[in-house]
Amino acid sequence: MRALVWHGKEDIRCDQVSDPEIEDERDAIIKVTSCAICGSDLHLYHNYVPAMLPGDIMGHEMMGEVVEVGRGVNGALKKGDRIVVPFTIICGECDQCKRQNFSVCERTNRKKNLGDKVFGHTTAGLFGYTHLTGGYPGGQAEYLRVPFADATHVKVPDNLTDEQVLFLGDIFPTGWQAAAQCDIEPTDTVAVWGCGPVGQMAIRSALLLGAKQVVAIDCLPERLSMGAAGGAITINFAEESVVERLQELTGANGPEKCIDCVGMESHVSLAQPDTVYDRAKQLMLMENDRPHVLREMIYVCRPAGVISIPGVYSGLVDKIPMGQAMNKGLTFRMGQTHVTRWTEDLLRRIVDGQIDPSFVITHTVGLEQGPEMYKVFRDKQDSCIKVVLKP
Amino acid sequence: MNVVAKLTNITRSPGDPKVLQAGPSVAGAFDGLARKLGWFSIALGVVELVGAERIAGALGMSGKQDLIRAYGAREISSGILSLSVDKQAGLWSRVAGDGLDIATLLSAYRHDNPKRDNVGIALAVVAGIALLDIIGAKGVTARHSRRGTKPRDYSDRSGFPAGTAAARDFARSERGQESGAA
Ligand SMILES: NC(=O)c1ccc[n+]([C@@H]2O[C@H](COP(=O)([O-])OP(=O)(O)OC[C@H]3O[C@@H](n4cnc5c(N)ncnc54)[C@H](O)[C@@H]3O)[C@@H](O)[C@H]2O)c1
Ligand SMILES: [Zn+2]
Ligand SMILES: [Zn+2]
Repeated sequence: MRALVWHGKEDIRCDQVSDPEIEDERDAIIKVTSCAICGSDLHLYHNYVPAMLPGDIMGHEMMGEVVEVGRGVNGALKKGDRIVVPFTIICGECDQCKRQNFSVCERTNRKKNLGDKVFGHTTAGLFGYTHLTGGYPGGQAEYLRVPFADATHVKVPDNLTDEQVLFLGDIFPTGWQAAAQCDIEPTDTVAVWGCGPVGQMAIRSALLLGAKQVVAIDCLPERLSMGAAGGAITINFAEESVVERLQELTGANGPEKCIDCVGMESHVSLAQPDTVYDRAKQLMLMENDRPHVLREMIYVCRPAGVISIPGVYSGLVDKIPMGQAMNKGLTFRMGQTHVTRWTEDLLRRIVDGQIDPSFVITHTVGLEQGPEMYKVFRDKQDSCIKVVLKP
Repeated sequence: MNVVAKLTNITRSPGDPKVLQAGPSVAGAFDGLARKLGWFSIALGVVELVGAERIAGALGMSGKQDLIRAYGAREISSGILSLSVDKQAGLWSRVAGDGLDIATLLSAYRHDNPKRDNVGIALAVVAGIALLDIIGAKGVTARHSRRGTKPRDYSDRSGFPAGTAAARDFARSERGQESGAA
């Protein structure tokens, strides 16, 4: 089959690879009908997250049709079922899964020792996301083996299109969890940094969860226009001061809830000198991430507010103003998304017509064009926001 | 690359797909040039750092060893930047560095310098490399730039099939139900 394979920094290729095979009785194999490129994939494209090996298959947002099931799937799935695959692989049985803390499932990381060493405790296995989280092949491919398939799937009805349900596997629940973790009150201003696909979902989730106003921050006009379409007031940080505008919009209180949908690769510019400092330290291997957004959120957030962080950080960050955070009494919520905690409710919202996540798709191409689309998405060319691939 | 990707096949479990045939790289010619210039920059920087004395001697620039070492450090940082994802910045920093090199060499291209001929050769070499740097910098900038196309307007993409106002109303009523039930 064909698959998008990581060969090194900025080197993803469409390779011929062998087909996946059932390995464990809880496995299933799907024929991928749609998959997508995520902002998280860019961190791998840039080789910022360690533990990728040449030959690793990319991709963790995918859906398709079940073509083979292991004996242990026990009727939970059958051939022909149409499923979305959550990017977090779950066993459904361990203590964390029982508490719905699915992204820290204790059993699905098959490289648990590595996870234990690096993080202190292992986290769940993830598709296409380095050997720290199991080294599972990803879904930017024609076929995918889904481990623990009896638990790791979301069945979707036939009358919805792939485009409507595909994002149940990652960015929709990710934006939703980011907003839900904020415990939004009807009087709250929710500020969302980053208007990429995750930011777009967070904006709409905050609105549906009843925020008084949602403010969206980015520097790309096309992304800001999409944020405004979702009901947000926008701030272009290349043209105006984020802190000043947020103060203005909140009667100088600051937003009660702040969501970081940017993560470790904050835009570098001389107008934000700390980003240049971070970039220089990154180049000297003295810091992993560029936490500009974290610093800004801590500074501007209303005391006793919540900082919610779906944006991915990989390792050590520098110059985090802990004194401000502590004295303002801020609450931090973060993590890889507990996808399956939210999917039933979110699927219902799609079926009910409350929201249609397909709005975010700007490019749809075949798998062979995937490598070029990584570049287009990374370079923010052609007003690209979300790429869907059709294997 | 094909070989490395296939080598890692031995680390993969039986059911995992293994690379049979790697596809073509989509890196552009200028991305390749950036990489070559990046490595060249690092190599030259190391030579300037460790061989500052000899370079100063050959160019009749005695007393300028520290300057040459500083230029070496500059070359190395430009090289690292050119090899990173910010290769545009790396190559433009090389172009600026070439300017500095040329200015410094011109100051040594005096009639009373017994090594004037060597300085002339060095000037020609640096000018040639500067040309390559400019071509490379312009090339990668064009390949990765957003310029040229107007940002699209997505203000018709609310994502709420019934519209944003309806979504707000809905949120309010859902909240009402929750607090009513509590
Ligand atoms: N927690 C999870 O489970 C999970 C799931 C999916 C994605 N993510 C992470 O969410 C983040 C966003 O993903 P995405 O797909 O939207 O990526 P993206 O790269 O498309 O979007 C990032 C956006 O942030 C903007 N930005 C950069 N610097 C900024 C700044 N200083 N202030 C405001 N905006 C800034 C960029 O212009 C861009 O539009 C990534 O870090 C990704 O890894 C996390
Ligand atoms: Zn993702
Ligand atoms: Zn579990």
